[in-house]
Amino acid sequence: MTSVSLTVNDVPYELELEPRELLVYVLRDRLGLTGTVVGCDTSSCGSCTVLLDGESVKSCTLLGVQADRHAVTTIEGMAEDGVMHELQESFHTHHALQCGYCTSGMVLAAASLLEENPSPSEDEIRHALEGNICRCTGYQNIVDAIAAVAR
Amino acid sequence: MSASSEVEVGRIVGAPIDRKEDQKLLQGQAQWVDNMHVPGTVYLGIVRSPYAHARIASVNVAPALAHAEVVGAWSGADLEDEWAGSLPCAWLPTEDTNAPTHRPVSVDKARHAGDAVAVVAALTRGAAEDAVELVEVEYDPLPAVVDPEAALADGAPLVHDEFGTNECYTWKLEAGDVEQLFADADVTVTERYRQNRLIPNAIEPRSVFVTPIPAAGEYTMWSTTQVPHIARVTLSGVMGIPESKLRVIAPDVGGGFGSKLNVYAEEALALAIARRLGRPVKWTETRSEGYLTTIHGREQIQEIELAASSDGTITAVRVKLTVPMGAYLQLVSPGIPLLGAWIYGGAYDVKGYSFECVGVFTNTTPTDAYRGAGRPEATYAIERAVDALARKVGKDPVDVRRLNFIREFPNTIASGLTIDSGDYDASLQMALEQSGYESVRQEQAERRAAGDPKRLGIGLATYVEMCGLAPSNVLGAIRYGAGGWDAATIRCLPTGTVQVLTGTSPHGQGHETSWSQIVADRLGYDVDEIEVLHGDTAVVPLGMDTYGSRSLAVGGVALYHAAERIVEKATRIAAHMLEADAGQVEHVRGTFHGPEGSVTLKEIALAAWTAHNLPAGVEPGLEATYVYDPPNFSWPGGAHVAVVEVDTETGEVEIVRYVAVDDVGTVINPTIVDGQVQGGLAQGIAQALYEEAVYDDDGNLLTSNMLTYLVPSAAELPRFELHRTETPSPTNPLGVKGVGETGAIASPAAVMNAVVDALAADGVADIDMPATPERVWRALEEVQS
Repeated sequence: MTSVSLTVNDVPYELELEPRELLVYVLRDRLGLTGTVVGCDTSSCGSCTVLLDGESVKSCTLLGVQADRHAVTTIEGMAEDGVMHELQESFHTHHALQCGYCTSGMVLAAASLLEENPSPSEDEIRHALEGNICRCTGYQNIVDAIAAVAR
Repeated sequence: MSASSEVEVGRIVGAPIDRKEDQKLLQGQAQWVDNMHVPGTVYLGIVRSPYAHARIASVNVAPALAHAEVVGAWSGADLEDEWAGSLPCAWLPTEDTNAPTHRPVSVDKARHAGDAVAVVAALTRGAAEDAVELVEVEYDPLPAVVDPEAALADGAPLVHDEFGTNECYTWKLEAGDVEQLFADADVTVTERYRQNRLIPNAIEPRSVFVTPIPAAGEYTMWSTTQVPHIARVTLSGVMGIPESKLRVIAPDVGGGFGSKLNVYAEEALALAIARRLGRPVKWTETRSEGYLTTIHGREQIQEIELAASSDGTITAVRVKLTVPMGAYLQLVSPGIPLLGAWIYGGAYDVKGYSFECVGVFTNTTPTDAYRGAGRPEATYAIERAVDALARKVGKDPVDVRRLNFIREFPNTIASGLTIDSGDYDASLQMALEQSGYESVRQEQAERRAAGDPKRLGIGLATYVEMCGLAPSNVLGAIRYGAGGWDAATIRCLPTGTVQVLTGTSPHGQGHETSWSQIVADRLGYDVDEIEVLHGDTAVVPLGMDTYGSRSLAVGGVALYHAAERIVEKATRIAAHMLEADAGQVEHVRGTFHGPEGSVTLKEIALAAWTAHNLPAGVEPGLEATYVYDPPNFSWPGGAHVAVVEVDTETGEVEIVRYVAVDDVGTVINPTIVDGQVQGGLAQGIAQALYEEAVYDDDGNLLTSNMLTYLVPSAAELPRFELHRTETPSPTNPLGVKGVGETGAIASPAAVMNAVVDALAADGVADIDMPATPERVWRALEEVQS
């Protein structure tokens, strides 16, 4: 077991982790933050995307111990005072989700993109989402939802 | 616009209302099966065969049992007394269909890579994974057979020794004098196509969680299923658990596309181990494990012939399919190709029709329903063949289609079913206008003349499909094991809200929103005052679940009828309250008007609940159930146009435009309908250009994970241009038709017709799906050398 201190959605945690525990399972199984989900085992699908110090990472590619002294943001940390983040609201009004399983990862990948590039073109949005697979929507409404928030 | 539809389109029905489902999904509060946990839960790990075909010589679970965190480990033989029946196949198309016993853990042989040979239960997910590695299995490898035609050859390795053959069944449908029509034909077209095997890839992996109450013999199973009701009935038979003691819950389910229209070994295993240990059991597949064990879709060898006159008038269609079932029959494996069996004539008026399908066992993962299930395959074959006919008679493919369209409705087609409505000219016309067909043809010619290495291709698919499964008597006649009805209950609560129970089981389709719109439209409530419950056999005992684009066309119509029953009863109570005759009371969207005054449905619901003063003979409460059995299938149709650019130097195909015109009857929520079409298009385009599950000759799945199987991302897919024509279905009072599969049905044909059209002048007549750069490049090399 290794001692790890990390912040998740502004809440500090001190955890004793097995070195092999993936960050995604630390979030899901230890902290009960089940909004982050697992969709594959090859780091291909992006369902488990979270922000690490503001940048998107696939939480299945990171060990929990690697998050030591870092700040993680999950989908549960996106709304403020019960009001959804503008990306979440835009996904809602653009019908950018169907089953919703990839949605947490999509929203966080989009947040990271807009942080880096506040005015992406459609092509830039599409390429930025290459690591996030959605099987329901065909992506068009996701791209539109993100474009509507871009400046 | 909707003469035969009895709803007022535009106010609530027909409005692009934002979905009610979204808030929890967007904030990470969905109830996925894998989220569930209770103290004492054990996790299953499954030992799977690395061989596609091998005799299981011995299984030694002792080393796994020695693991400190392992609570049990079993071979197939150890579990034999758990099973009261085989894992279910609910569709044996002929009396003599070879149907093997299918055990959740195999005892004698492994018949495909990934077949289960042992199971372990451990206190943690990680320990279960470790313990799987500790089980010792000795295999005697056997030769495997992967190709369905090779499997039918003499001397092929037998997947199931007891049958003495790999043939599962042969099913035929013959109508009209096909032989004569072919003999009399001026022109015939003979084509052979391969449908690529696909992996459905619902983005939520499969998961099951069972909590037993041993003393009561009761089990609750949470499962990532599209079919909680069907799972309950069939698993009761597999497990010998009385149906009344098995509750199945499909909580939030992350996509299905047919892959979760099944009853899986792991569901039975979780129940069996929960029964053995008397404690909660959970299993979640890894994606790579799912690639081996969750059903695959498509894969067919299609031989199609058209008989036609010299002007391109098609007189007869003859089809022969060879279809791998895989190693076992899953829930509806044998029936999947038959869902296309009636529509290989497409939207065309043909006289003669001959269809034959041979189902074949192979040492591969079983095939079963994947979005469109039999109809993308049928549409692909007829639409590709019509283009081949157009080239042969020297006509534009548009003209050949127009020459052959069915125009009279209802129309009993050669294969014997009756299409209730459609207007294929209207969809085609709109698709041509929206795509600028003529100007694209012109640009195509200009590019060719200029020797541009980037060829332009235009592909059409003018389709009709049959969905909304289905009249129960028809399903019985084709030996499907269940009915095709669905049920809805409306309960008007005393506090002014409504509870809707639906037998459909959504997993992304937005039923909570669309069903609320239907009820709001009929009963005058706000959409937000209506709660839609689904996917729990204890809450909604009656249902037939969600697949085959049936939910709206069957379950939604049941809801409409339940609303009418509410109005009937409410009218009697209103008359009593208003001191009028029932005949004098008029209902307008939730308000009941009498000669002197009016009363709202909410007031009536309260009166029915207090029951202080009800008319004689009227039961308290305001609740109605309707079970609707559709009198016909649902018949969406439309026209899709794909414009592609094919780089002759690299073989790369780019979709420049994709125009889809679909006719799905009355639209309840256009936003949701567009979303369904977009998702279907993505999967169909993926079949045409990107996806293929590939086995080597030994039965190893080469595309064994998401790194090697290309599920397209936003970067690969184009922007879709969607349009609609609207021919309401006269079959139901809502005028609705199915919509879930249209995109996946029409798009592979449209895209591949475009790819072939781009290269036809170069001499290319066919390219297998997916049309990867390598395949395109090789096809060009072949014709140039």
